[in-house]
Amino acid sequence: MTEINNAYLLKEIQEEFGQSLISADEPYGLLTIELESSKILDLLKYLYNHPSIQMQFLTDLCGIHYPQIIGKELGVVYHVHSLIHNLRIRIKCFMPNDQAFIPSITPLYSAANWQERETFDFYGIIFNGHPNLKRILNVDEMDYFPLRKEYPLEDGTRTDKDDTYFGR
Amino acid sequence: MQNDTLISLDQEKREYTTLNLGPTHPATHGIFQNVLTMDGEIIVDSEQTIGYIHRAFEKIAEHRPYYQVTPLTDRLNYCSSPINNMGWHMTVEKLLGVEMPKRVDYMRVIIMELARISDHLVCNSVIAVDTGALTGFTYVFQWREKIYDIFESICGARLTTNIGRIGGMERDFTKEVIQSIRDFLANFPKVFAEFCNLLERNRIFMDRIIGTGPISAERALNYGFTGPNLRATGVDYDVRVMNPYSSYQDFDFTIPVGVNGDTYDRFMVRQQEIRESLKIIEQALNNLPEGKFFADVPEFFLPPKVEVYNNMEALIYHFKIVMGEADVPVGEVYHSIEGGNGELGFYLVSDGGRAAYRLHFRRPCFIYYQAFPEMIKGSTLSDAIVAMSSMNVIAGELDA
Repeated sequence: MTEINNAYLLKEIQEEFGQSLISADEPYGLLTIELESSKILDLLKYLYNHPSIQMQFLTDLCGIHYPQIIGKELGVVYHVHSLIHNLRIRIKCFMPNDQAFIPSITPLYSAANWQERETFDFYGIIFNGHPNLKRILNVDEMDYFPLRKEYPLEDGTRTDKDDTYFGR
Repeated sequence: MQNDTLISLDQEKREYTTLNLGPTHPATHGIFQNVLTMDGEIIVDSEQTIGYIHRAFEKIAEHRPYYQVTPLTDRLNYCSSPINNMGWHMTVEKLLGVEMPKRVDYMRVIIMELARISDHLVCNSVIAVDTGALTGFTYVFQWREKIYDIFESICGARLTTNIGRIGGMERDFTKEVIQSIRDFLANFPKVFAEFCNLLERNRIFMDRIIGTGPISAERALNYGFTGPNLRATGVDYDVRVMNPYSSYQDFDFTIPVGVNGDTYDRFMVRQQEIRESLKIIEQALNNLPEGKFFADVPEFFLPPKVEVYNNMEALIYHFKIVMGEADVPVGEVYHSIEGGNGELGFYLVSDGGRAAYRLHFRRPCFIYYQAFPEMIKGSTLSDAIVAMSSMNVIAGELDA
């Protein structure tokens, strides 16, 4: 039996999703790939049902914003874990600002439900096929996505605070 | 559950009651709301509203130097804040590529396991309180205070500890600290045995909580459960064993697992983990290696105050660290540790600037609490309360 490691995992992904794979790297020993966002659900399904890899545990899902990279401003980062082989993979999908759509992975992982809502809440990324995509931590009336880089930490219109002495 | 048949009887004619459980309900131990649709005593459906104490930690962390993120992590799971602090330190150390001396690892293990004991004590005694048994709670809370006294003598703080530093510990264990940990190891098991006698094989308590809020191993994995809640279903996933950090591979301990994934199993897994934690602390204390209590990373480790006042180099480094001028490598790293509630992960993206470009906390509570409606569907309101307290949902961790 071949050893299940990063190289094997990457080879399997390349064979099946070579067209959609944009880049692959291994920072700090964790296989990190960049994928076309439309293929994410297919890839995760493939890894989930793969007879030897069996990546069936969604560890983490979060958004990221790179305003200076035009056409790839918004991203979703998935960390998936194969508990059988103790192997992790990080998958990144990037989207342009005006087309922030990505397939929801809730059909595969119930755990993705709130994490996708959180990502929507903070970055405005629309997860197609999500059963209940609405804000989760912020108030429903909020009209912006606070973790995007263009929003300052504090509301600039506030008048009740004097920051003169704090160098801000 | 068995009540499914009862609910499905001519749905149209039934009228359901909407019950607001929370946001500030004494039985939820935190600020979050459950809107329950009730059919008499039976819960038909529920919807959760969270975010009442959301403090935008991830946004704040993008504007603060690394060492100032530690106090933010305190406020995630505030029942075991030292574990969160250590997790953050280790994440940054992993990014920097720094190896800790063994002594630091062992000191951290002792502190983390003490924190785990206090976390589990709170959770387990509160399960008993929610079933009407206040006695055990008052016993063990005295001993949680003793753990906080130990933290206080190590770092000066009790609840939100800000313990340790990036690159080591802020100071070495004094003789008094070691003595107080030894006292704790000597005396706590007696009290804990009383607590066990009170509840573990108590027929009334067992009848009350066996079978409430169950979840299968498959569903728990699909929902991303980690920690005692996952182990109660029979899956032996523990980050300390799977991906050892801070020299956990040096210690001999077992991972308790349950069978049914119900409230009683979660309770018992935590009980057993307290015993295992005591074993780990004892081993770490007996084998505590000699050496320095910090690694050789002057650009990140705040130097001791004596050095700062009397030594030019230390003063410069102190200034650089406090002003956030230290060079951080560009990179991204995911590090996870076994928190009180499960896998506490830190996803850190650094662009080389003074603050993190992106920091995401994988909060175990946030991920497993979404399974709550499924776990309580068809059970009674009082069972739902017990199931909730056995999941150990901490509002600070839930909302970040």
